Amino acid sequence: MPQYLMCVWFDDEYDSELDRTSPDVMRTDHQIDVLNEEMAERGIWVFAGGLQPANSATVVRANAGETSMTDGPYAESKEQMGGFWVIEVADLAAAREWAGKAAAACERPIELRPIQG
Amino acid sequence: MSEDLPAIFRREVGRCTATLIRVLGDVDLAEDAVAEAFAIAAERWPETGVPPNPGAWITTTARNRAIDRLRRESTRTQRHLAAQRLEMPDMEPDDQADLRDLDALVDVVPDDQLRLMFLCCHPALALDAQVALTLRLLGGLETPELARAFLVPETTMAQRIVRAKRKLRDNHAPYRIPRADELPDRLHGVMVAVYLVFTEGHRATSGDELVRTDLSAEAIRLGRVLVELMPDEPEAVGLLALLLLTDARRPARLDADGSLVRLADQDRSRWDRTLISEGHELVRACLRRNQPGPFQIQAAIAAVHADAPNAASTDWSQIVALYDLLHAQRPNPVVAMNRAIAVGELRGAPDGVAELEAIDATQLADYQPYHAARADLLARAGRPADAVASYERALELTTNQAERRFLVDRRAAVTGD
Repeated sequence: MPQYLMCVWFDDEYDSELDRTSPDVMRTDHQIDVLNEEMAERGIWVFAGGLQPANSATVVRANAGETSMTDGPYAESKEQMGGFWVIEVADLAAAREWAGKAAAACERPIELRPIQG
Repeated sequence: MSEDLPAIFRREVGRCTATLIRVLGDVDLAEDAVAEAFAIAAERWPETGVPPNPGAWITTTARNRAIDRLRRESTRTQRHLAAQRLEMPDMEPDDQADLRDLDALVDVVPDDQLRLMFLCCHPALALDAQVALTLRLLGGLETPELARAFLVPETTMAQRIVRAKRKLRDNHAPYRIPRADELPDRLHGVMVAVYLVFTEGHRATSGDELVRTDLSAEAIRLGRVLVELMPDEPEAVGLLALLLLTDARRPARLDADGSLVRLADQDRSRWDRTLISEGHELVRACLRRNQPGPFQIQAAIAAVHADAPNAASTDWSQIVALYDLLHAQRPNPVVAMNRAIAVGELRGAPDGVAELEAIDATQLADYQPYHAARADLLARAGRPADAVASYERALELTTNQAERRFLVDRRAAVTGD
């Protein structure tokens, strides 16, 4: 069955200062937990994860056998990806439905992308 | 007290912090614990006297304070997590003995400081973060001092350090000496950071004063630590030699006005002969090992300069040969630039200009020393208009007042103003 990537996009400030005990965060965290359970029950959950903020990223490059590292994300932007799911569903219609649920749970935009294969 | 507390602090803070990080598995906890221990020392030692092994006293006291804090503040889960971090995988979650066993772990292992150096100089951190973290954790420099040293606002420096620690923690950077295959690159990274600390002290990139002595001294101290901890690494010896030989020239680098004096014009009688002597000895030791590397070669170049009683007797052919060797090991535009300058000295300015123009200068476009050197060679090669253009570009890129005055004077000499 086709697989899709669903990425959560944060267009506000997201760094390690995020207060996980704030009412907003606790509400969305709970909503995401409920959604994950539902995905697991329906057998569509392949993988998911919340990401540490972009400033925890490192870009690694390989050039003629040598690797180099640069501090920070690949693209500097105000928007950053905060987490993602990989789901396996019958078709795009099904994927869009789940993306809608994810958007509602996260209260943030979801980018839905098909995985090749 | 025969030695004052700040001096003892500087000497011991790196070692103590490094050991506590291993024992506690947490950088912030370790830092706080060491700071507390020093505060207690400041209160007690004036009365009781300095203990025979101040470092051990600090480490033990810090460990005890940290244990107290963990007991007071941690939930059982957190203590279990702490025990897991402390290399005790067999501990049961509710076994109180886990914290008491910290006793066994707290012996100072020489490797601890090395581990900390590798952690601070992790390639996933930006270089300025590596330098700040190194000076903070290994040198004990406080945020205000660091902010002054690097001429950034305190909040900027505070954030730089907090972010660096957070990045290492969130990425689970391992607290260990890198594996053998990673070691050469990682070690080079550490040495680059230490060298950057030194060059920042030796030639400030902004502000009015050209030289900030504290940073240079701290870099040399770290360089000595590195040699002590990695006695089989000739590059570490090379780095220390380079730092000493460069620092030896410090008394002659500024004139009475605080203006920059170039190497060629320096009063060599003011060079520090003790540092030169030690530097030479280290370079000779490196030559005997016959495992050349970039820092050793740069040290050898500095030694050739130090050998010459005056600028005119400098053995430039030796220097060009060393730059050839360096370029073979580390081909990069800055090395090529320095080689071109040496060629200019050996064979005349026009040849130097030719070498310089053969370099792909795209990476040097914003590199101030390149434009300053190019201007000088062009002036001596009888191309005043091009020289002035290069001086203009160099001035655009100069943030240091002493260097600015120098370049303005050099430009004036060319235009005849």
